[in-house]
Amino acid sequence: MKRRRDPAAVNSDIIRRPIQRCAPIFLWPMVAAFCIGFIWPFAQGLFLSFTKFKTTSKWTWVGLDNYVKALADESFRYSFGYTALYAIVSVILINVLAFAVAYALTQKIKGANLFRTVFFMPNLIGGIVLGYIWSMIFDGLLSGYGKSILTDSTWGFWGLVILMCWQQIGYMMIIYIAGLQAVPEDMLEAAKIDGANGWQTLFKVTIPNVMPSITICMFLTLSNGFKLFDQNLALTGGYPYIINPDGTSVHTTEMLALNIYNTFYGQNTGARGVAQAKAVLFFILVAGLSILQLRATRDKEVAA
Amino acid sequence: MKDNAFKMAEYGKKALTAFLALISIAYVFPVFMVVVNSFKENTFVKTETFAMPTGESFVGWANFIKGMTFGGYPFVNSVMYSVVITVLSTALIIVVTSMAAWYITRVDTDFCRAVYYLCVFSMVVPFQMLMFTLSKTADNLGFNTPWTIPVIYLGFGAGLAVFMFVGFVKGIPLDIEEAASIDGCGPLRTFFSVVLPMMKPTLVSVTILEMMWVWNDYLLPYLVLDITEYRTLPIHIQYLKGSYGTVDLGATMALILLSIIPVIIFYLACQKHIIKGVAAGAVKG
Repeated sequence: MKRRRDPAAVNSDIIRRPIQRCAPIFLWPMVAAFCIGFIWPFAQGLFLSFTKFKTTSKWTWVGLDNYVKALADESFRYSFGYTALYAIVSVILINVLAFAVAYALTQKIKGANLFRTVFFMPNLIGGIVLGYIWSMIFDGLLSGYGKSILTDSTWGFWGLVILMCWQQIGYMMIIYIAGLQAVPEDMLEAAKIDGANGWQTLFKVTIPNVMPSITICMFLTLSNGFKLFDQNLALTGGYPYIINPDGTSVHTTEMLALNIYNTFYGQNTGARGVAQAKAVLFFILVAGLSILQLRATRDKEVAA
Repeated sequence: MKDNAFKMAEYGKKALTAFLALISIAYVFPVFMVVVNSFKENTFVKTETFAMPTGESFVGWANFIKGMTFGGYPFVNSVMYSVVITVLSTALIIVVTSMAAWYITRVDTDFCRAVYYLCVFSMVVPFQMLMFTLSKTADNLGFNTPWTIPVIYLGFGAGLAVFMFVGFVKGIPLDIEEAASIDGCGPLRTFFSVVLPMMKPTLVSVTILEMMWVWNDYLLPYLVLDITEYRTLPIHIQYLKGSYGTVDLGATMALILLSIIPVIIFYLACQKHIIKGVAAGAVKG
């Protein structure tokens, strides 16, 4: 990006001019698809969140009405709390366990490659399929007690946590291994010579050095946690429901993404404006968290 | 003293290996259960999930045969559509975004920067934000068949690919391309025979990441495609389990097994690239 001002920039005109003439081949296909697949739907979605609509072409302006309704919706607030709780639990568990596994695998033990292969394997399987594999396992465990994962919301929560740990530990482990392998050997040796014990070395030398990996993994697990949809849909689909006396219902294991989906495609097509407003709030939340978290952990990297 | 410490460390390592082996078995267990249950008669899947299929619960290949036409939809079709969509989308994303990334980095006008920052921005936007409008747009423009949906994947998934490619192109010294252009290479030739071969590591990473995403993606094709006609594997499996009155668990497990076998073979064959790709993608993301 700073290339223009450095001396080499003069030469790069040799390259820039001819490429610029080829914009229709190089740039326009991507920009066109990007407009269709991202920019236009995003702008339209933002706009429609301020309207009442059933289809994208028939709308009436209602201002902030949808946002008021979305925030007043009990099921939406419930799913927000549920998602936040899930995200906190899963971020901590996944990162601690993935780091521990990565640390163990970098201790020059036998069969490290085989273990790595096994732990990463669940990432290749899609969320829907994972959900159904685990619903079979949990139902098998619970059937002895006359229960099912669909009837017990406590199991629904921990079931999802177990499933996601099973899937994501391997992914984060790969990133932590890459980080751990980059810790300078002489630093570790110096710590040993200075008489630091294992824990001291871990907390004073190793962890500060893998801060970049920790940043990335925290960021990934947090945003994965908030955006989770497929596994939630396949494992419990929001069940069990609690039906309120006034006819509304709360889906006790429903996360934000699924709640938005159900509002869009539920029987009440009049609620699509509200669903779009929920989606905008969801977007602001996810984007905001990503930015905040990156900033917070970047600061720590500098300090370390 | 020293000898003892050394021995302790050796024992520690052995204990660690044993412990990791135990966890590995626990890791493979769910997949193993899928294999076991795909040979069981439906009712036994729920009542005796963890038992081996013996005697009356064992049905041989019946679940697999039944699964082929299960739910009134040929399983082979969903395999075919999944393959078509994954291969076309990945190929399109790779070619188009790598070209765009090179253009963006080398030409570097304000417009290029705007496109680049929009791509980065698109990476933090969750799918729910635009799922309704995107599926309507795709419908209206005819991008709702397995052969045209790759355009939608390109548009929605361009962000990460452009971001990774730009990151790589920035590190390529200009001299090589200058030499090529002085020798009379036009931009197209420079790109395809000079720049693209240098991009290989990133190319592999992006291919892996995009393939993993498209192959396993459920919601986008579900909302965009006409699912009476076109079902990808995740859609088919969700349809069988989700909206069917009486679910045949045995046959569902057989289909799940069939759908993960090729993925696991692919993984074992390209393991090194996959793991490298994930690490590279994450470090840049």
